[in-house]
Amino acid sequence: MWEYLTDPFNWSGTEGIWARILQHLWYTFAALALSLVIALPVGMRIGHTRRGAFLAINAGNAARALPSLGLLMLAVLLTDQIGFLPVLIALVALGVPPILASTYAGLSGVDPATIDAARGMGMTGREILTKVEIPIGLPLIISGVRSATLQIVSTATIAALVSLGGLGRYVIDGLKLRDFPQMFTGALLVALLALLLDALFALIGRFTVSRGLKIG
Amino acid sequence: MSWIGDNLGLIWEQLVEHLYLAILPVILGLIVSVPLGYVATRYSWLANPLIAFGGILYSLPSIALFIVLPAILGTKVLSTVNIIVALTIYAVSLLIRNVIDGLRSVPPDVRQSAVAVGYGAVHRLVAVDLPIAVPVIFTGLRVVTVANISMVSVGAVIGIGGLGELFTLGFQKDFLTPVVVGVVLSLGLALLADLVLVTLQRVLTPWARTATPVVEVA
Repeated sequence: MWEYLTDPFNWSGTEGIWARILQHLWYTFAALALSLVIALPVGMRIGHTRRGAFLAINAGNAARALPSLGLLMLAVLLTDQIGFLPVLIALVALGVPPILASTYAGLSGVDPATIDAARGMGMTGREILTKVEIPIGLPLIISGVRSATLQIVSTATIAALVSLGGLGRYVIDGLKLRDFPQMFTGALLVALLALLLDALFALIGRFTVSRGLKIG
Repeated sequence: MSWIGDNLGLIWEQLVEHLYLAILPVILGLIVSVPLGYVATRYSWLANPLIAFGGILYSLPSIALFIVLPAILGTKVLSTVNIIVALTIYAVSLLIRNVIDGLRSVPPDVRQSAVAVGYGAVHRLVAVDLPIAVPVIFTGLRVVTVANISMVSVGAVIGIGGLGELFTLGFQKDFLTPVVVGVVLSLGLALLADLVLVTLQRVLTPWARTATPVVEVA
């Protein structure tokens, strides 16, 4: 594995390690962005109005049971396409539930007395949402985005099964060729990428969450 | 539909393998994390590093673990041991937190009463601390079990995955039925396992049902 990683030839070109990492990140961020666009507004609406809570609570549990490989194969066969679209569908299906559940949990966990106080000060529903509920719920929202990211980044590996790129290529190609150093390289790089992204979200959490919340 | 009828044997075989690959690691994980969690509550400086380390382990992608483990364990890539060890690692990394939190939730006066009545360390752990920790430990058990059931199928990428093999089969033959069967059975298995755990928890904590809520007198 060390030889594979230290060979400069393996790092350059359109099939080199850098290119694969960028592809992997592209799948991850595309799926994450789409998941956020879907899950954040829905989660906020449910958390703010407290209607449909049943859906939000169970989304988180149901998502853990979804077999990612099965979703991908299902998406491939249903869209009748091999490529980016089925991968995106499968990854978004994994990304939406944790964000939805944690956004709901973050917003609905805000102390009702705090919301009453905000209303008493004359805040409108929208102001309560943006100035009170979202900032207070932010730590939980971020932790949901964080677990969605971890799910997506590790599952993006299976994109290689439907002839896409990304770090999964090393795993899948290496498996076919019985080239184990190549497989280890892919597996190790995915693990490192996951840890790196996790650390990134920990940092985002540290810098965006209000100081007042951290003390309490 | 006729595919299902013709392949009942195969489906059953994969279902059983799936269950075995998912549940054995949960049991092993519990066996490892209870003593580990106990030690961490006795020597409390151990608890936070253990929980943090568990968090890191849990963030490793399953496919990476399935592949890197053979190199570390010296097993063959196509050995079921890899899947079982990998999923056990996930189980421990998640359960350790729940065991520690659960044991910490034992009220100090309860602990003191047990000591005063003459319970030794092991007896107290089994008869007093663990039963009180059951709800918190079971929360973790449920998460781990459901997650494991869905993760097992990823093993199909390297050729051992229970129901996951129905996914690869359907994909290779461009045939939807096995994939749908696999997804439905995998979801059903997760649901059923969760139900069993909820029931087991109720059986293990009979007092949780009989306890009446404390009525506050104004």
